[in-house]
Amino acid sequence: MSEKKQIRIATRNSGFIDPENIDSYIAAGGYLALAKCIEEMTPAQVIDEMKASGLRGRGGAGFPTGVKWGFAAGYKSDTKYVVCNADEGDPGAFMDRAILEGDPHSVLEAMAIGGYAIGGNKGTIYIRAEYPLAIKRLKIAIEQAEEKGMLGKNIFGSDFSFDLDIKYGAGAFVCGEETALINSMEGDRGEPYTKPPFPAEAGYWDKPTIVNNVETLAAIPAILTKGASWFNQIGTETSKGTKVFCIVGKINNVGLIEVPMGITLKEVIFDVGGGVPNGKEFKAVQTGGPSGGALTFKDLDVKIDYEGLAACQSMMGSGGMIVMDEDDCMVAVSKFFLDFTMEETCGKCTPCRIGSKRIYETLDRITMGQGTMDDIENLKLMSTVIKDTALCGLGQTMPNPVLSTMRVFEDEYRAHVIDKKCPAGVCTSLLEFVVVDEKCVGCTLCAKVCPVDCISGKVKEVHVIDQAACIKCGACLEKCKFDAIIKR
Amino acid sequence: MAKLNSIADLKKLRADLQAQAKAKTDKPLVNVSLATCSVASGGRDVMEAMKAEVASLGLDVNFMQSGCMTYCYAEPTVEITLPGKEPVVFGFVDTDKAKLLVQKYVKEGELLDGVIPVGYERVVL
Ligand SMILES: Cc1cc2nc3c(=O)[nH]c(=O)nc-3n(C[C@H](O)[C@H](O)[C@H](O)COP(=O)(O)O)c2cc1C
Repeated sequence: MSEKKQIRIATRNSGFIDPENIDSYIAAGGYLALAKCIEEMTPAQVIDEMKASGLRGRGGAGFPTGVKWGFAAGYKSDTKYVVCNADEGDPGAFMDRAILEGDPHSVLEAMAIGGYAIGGNKGTIYIRAEYPLAIKRLKIAIEQAEEKGMLGKNIFGSDFSFDLDIKYGAGAFVCGEETALINSMEGDRGEPYTKPPFPAEAGYWDKPTIVNNVETLAAIPAILTKGASWFNQIGTETSKGTKVFCIVGKINNVGLIEVPMGITLKEVIFDVGGGVPNGKEFKAVQTGGPSGGALTFKDLDVKIDYEGLAACQSMMGSGGMIVMDEDDCMVAVSKFFLDFTMEETCGKCTPCRIGSKRIYETLDRITMGQGTMDDIENLKLMSTVIKDTALCGLGQTMPNPVLSTMRVFEDEYRAHVIDKKCPAGVCTSLLEFVVVDEKCVGCTLCAKVCPVDCISGKVKEVHVIDQAACIKCGACLEKCKFDAIIKR
Repeated sequence: MAKLNSIADLKKLRADLQAQAKAKTDKPLVNVSLATCSVASGGRDVMEAMKAEVASLGLDVNFMQSGCMTYCYAEPTVEITLPGKEPVVFGFVDTDKAKLLVQKYVKEGELLDGVIPVGYERVVL
């Protein structure tokens, strides 16, 4: 048997159990961890076990979950909250949706465990309204768990009670940031505020609150059932366990993968992902979505964990992995992500509001062939300043796509500026469609399809494209049956 | 439904549920992935088509739905477990292939193409 590269912990049940039937979850060992915590462990022991496991938050920042719970447990308050962050706003990421649709009880169970550990009795799942099936299955799960006494009053006959409700987000990326999320849950504008105080001290309705990501939560019942020392055997020194990624783009096996921390990029792309389609060369992979950066063909031996990715000016992020091949232009990719952050900035702080726009405009100029060398220097300067001064994680990470692509592909930026060329052949303003004289048979098809009539030539004679008039629509290239038109 | 009052209750329920599931393993089990992506690519039609084919052939088969099987590139996906055999996941199943799967694999045990190899270890609690 070939060695298996994936270990499914957070996704252990998805695809194997019926998510709309609590019995299916219980048969798979569900709620054993909650029962064990309530019956056999004190809250402090649960927190110690979580600390010992080394689990770090899977929502992006990678903060140790046990430590966060420990802080919240330390504050005295009549009410404390457990919040599940199911906002999942990274383009191309759908791990959390898959977990919620495939195994909703694992998240509910972990939230109740969190409540028990910190001394809280209320939980809220903040989920984007665009996830109707996940919401439906969560509602069914909550109802069934209440019926069986796993949620609600006196869980497992103990004096611990825990109630759960669901709040809906409107799909703003910034609302995934925990302080903006709390504002949004309270009915205020989804804008972040400065920390401290951290939510663990004063969060939802100013009460001690733990905010945890769906995937973080889904792993917890497995950790507490099998033990911290089982979990912390998997992974690297600083990053324990597994990470779920959505691997998309130019990759054969588009899908969800769950791999141990410390796996190399090469293994992920070529073994698990099945390599790049159509015999193309692997160029880079964007991890961490708009907040992350590119790992490139030079980083194939990088071990994927929190520190390994940060060293490449990228970040773990929540788990999006967008694979790019030789036909992708890194400047255009940066522009795509900056377009996203520019749209999604909440506008509260100046570096993010104005900075995203300025970076976007600069990238736009470069892709249009109007960039200067000053633009390249300015991009670096603006990126550094924004990272240092923005209020929340959205702004602080927004320049990452630029910085990380410049790290390896600065020559590609320069080619756009100095040679006015897009090496990958993506930025249309910098392309030329030309006729290859030797191949052209003069069939006139290209001239007929050209919407601006910029192709001339007599029947059975070589045709010519008027570059000044060409709008670069590419219609001629598609129409030509003799491969006599090329893009360069 | 009675509430569970202890870890012992829970363990007993689990054992009962596992025994019930085991008692069913003398029949084929068809598990259709029905997450958003699988539904969008036609998973529900596949489920219906397989049920209809099973009925028209007069077979005795258990059906279940589940969430994401992680193989986005091969949706819709269906896992079939024949009595005494390891589960097999088939990808790229449309309604025609669904019928064929019932006729060939479920009924005759004859493998069709589109089998997705198992590339992971599933942690079981
Ligand atoms: C702009 C921005 C968007 C975020 N989006 C999400 C998200 O969609 N889901 C998530 O769990 N965390 C998101 N986070 C991270 C949260 O602020 C927070 O760190 C996380 O929910 C904590 O849970 P964890 O410790 O389990 O990872 C985002 C952060 C930023 C700055």
